[in-house]
Amino acid sequence: MTAAALSGYRALLSARYRMVLQYRAAAAAGIATQFFWGVIMIMVMEAFFAVGVAPPMSFAATVSYIWLGQALLALQPWNHDRELEAMVQKGHVAYELLRPLDLYTLWFVRAVAWRTAGASLRAIPIVLVAGLLLPVMGGERWALGPPAGAEAALGFAVALLGTIALGGAITTLVHVSLLWTISGEGLARVMPSLVIFFSGMVVPIPFFPDWIQPLFAWLPFRGLADVPFRLYTGHIPPSEALPTLALVAAWALALVALGRWLMARGARRLVVHGG
Amino acid sequence: MAQIQVEGLTKTFQIAKRRAGMLGALAGVVRREHRELVALDAITFEIGQGELIGYVGPNGAGKSTTIKILSGILVPDAGHCEVLGFVPWRERRRYVAAIGVVFGQRTQLWWDLPVVESFDLLRSIYHVDDASYRRTLDEMVSLLDLEPLLDTPVRQLSLGQRMRCDLAASLLHEPSLLFLDEPTIGLDAPSKLAVRDFVKRLNRDRGVTVILTTHDMDDIETLCERVMVIGDGRILQDGSLADLRERVSPERRLIVDLEDPEVTLDAPGARVISREGPRWELAFDPRVVSPAQLITQVASRHAVRDLFVENPPIEEVITEIYDHGGLAS
Repeated sequence: MTAAALSGYRALLSARYRMVLQYRAAAAAGIATQFFWGVIMIMVMEAFFAVGVAPPMSFAATVSYIWLGQALLALQPWNHDRELEAMVQKGHVAYELLRPLDLYTLWFVRAVAWRTAGASLRAIPIVLVAGLLLPVMGGERWALGPPAGAEAALGFAVALLGTIALGGAITTLVHVSLLWTISGEGLARVMPSLVIFFSGMVVPIPFFPDWIQPLFAWLPFRGLADVPFRLYTGHIPPSEALPTLALVAAWALALVALGRWLMARGARRLVVHGG
Repeated sequence: MAQIQVEGLTKTFQIAKRRAGMLGALAGVVRREHRELVALDAITFEIGQGELIGYVGPNGAGKSTTIKILSGILVPDAGHCEVLGFVPWRERRRYVAAIGVVFGQRTQLWWDLPVVESFDLLRSIYHVDDASYRRTLDEMVSLLDLEPLLDTPVRQLSLGQRMRCDLAASLLHEPSLLFLDEPTIGLDAPSKLAVRDFVKRLNRDRGVTVILTTHDMDDIETLCERVMVIGDGRILQDGSLADLRERVSPERRLIVDLEDPEVTLDAPGARVISREGPRWELAFDPRVVSPAQLITQVASRHAVRDLFVENPPIEEVITEIYDHGGLAS
């Protein structure tokens, strides 16, 4: 794709970003919920660590893992865009084909913009409070720590790009499925448990028993949370980052390819049946 | 060469039949029965560069299906179609970059963004260079009086304001062909006039080909030199408005206001359609009796306060075509 062709998608991305940023009340409510959840999860972990079983991660790393999860919840592809669903239901989706754009890329950009805009709005206050305010107020033990080092920070940044790509690909896949199901209610019930559980957002993945670890390792979902968070805390050492990141990238590419294939079939239905 | 060539275009939709009652619903789960709905039945026409065409027909006649196929978002079952040298659905992305489309029922602007940001976005999507964007935008702003609207979010615009913005949006990439699907639907009178005036100038001054679907016969009367009437998926009539009138009925109307409301009008060669006090409405065939003759006769027999000759309202002409198909073709 040429740079000129990309400028259209880039403009859409930034416009979408500005639109999402208008919904500040929703973000404020989200932030409050995420603080609440963060605190509860940390208290549960505090109880677990008090039992004295050899923990798979240090308490500080676990706390950082939890806070990062709460800060970046909006990046998780656990819900779908209601606006797009309405468009499919009203049959307006065919009009998307009036733009000289590739429909998959258009929807992928839309999904990425929606996720990242929501996430950045929520992440900044959560990181400020959990990372800066808590230690000042004497709550170091429950605070989000800094990255384990410069290399860990770099690994985290790269992994976060993987999270965004993966989250965008899964979200778009859900959106494409609307072309068949029309209503997103079914997936709206399945996706949260699937995504939130297997990404490590409920219980950090290292705390699960050994026998189930291979499943977590090969599923795409850990690239959404576990991989970037453990790179951040140094639980996955920077030297081992490459193979993990490669797997995330492979999953993202595979899911984009699957989404493209489904989109081509969905678009054929659309142009045959007329939206 | 014609800008739009359509030959034998056919489109059939499969509609799932729902059977009545609980048993019927259960049977429907196992085996769906389908009904075929022929939306377009081998339609053929040509449209040349710079024409302004009215495309009319009752609801469900196939207007929207035609527009959707011509604009590349629906694939026909059979037939051939070439627009601006493209087969619309085959080279969709390159093709849609060369046309403009406005659907009166639906905005193409971004609901939450100020109008001007939607325009900027379209500029990027269509890769319009800065100089021509500036020029086109300035022109649109002055022609459609958009200056006060540019910074308003689209959701706060009235329907008429929104339509003016939508028209501008569809033309920023300077297409040579514009599809307008019911652009005046729901608009108040001044907005309708503004839209019509703009479309007329666009066609006349810039040579943009316009295909307009509408239910508003005033749109047709003031704008279109050529009218295509579609019904049940077939083109019933295709010609100038005068032609259509001629074919349906050559009759004209003479409206006479007499001085004396009590007198009974005597007008040989004309038929009385209605009478309201001193006002008489007559129908006559200009091939039998010329308007001049008729007027002379009426004026010589009665004291006339006022009189004028009219065409039958276009609604009547079109309804006649809907009801009796392409009767004289």
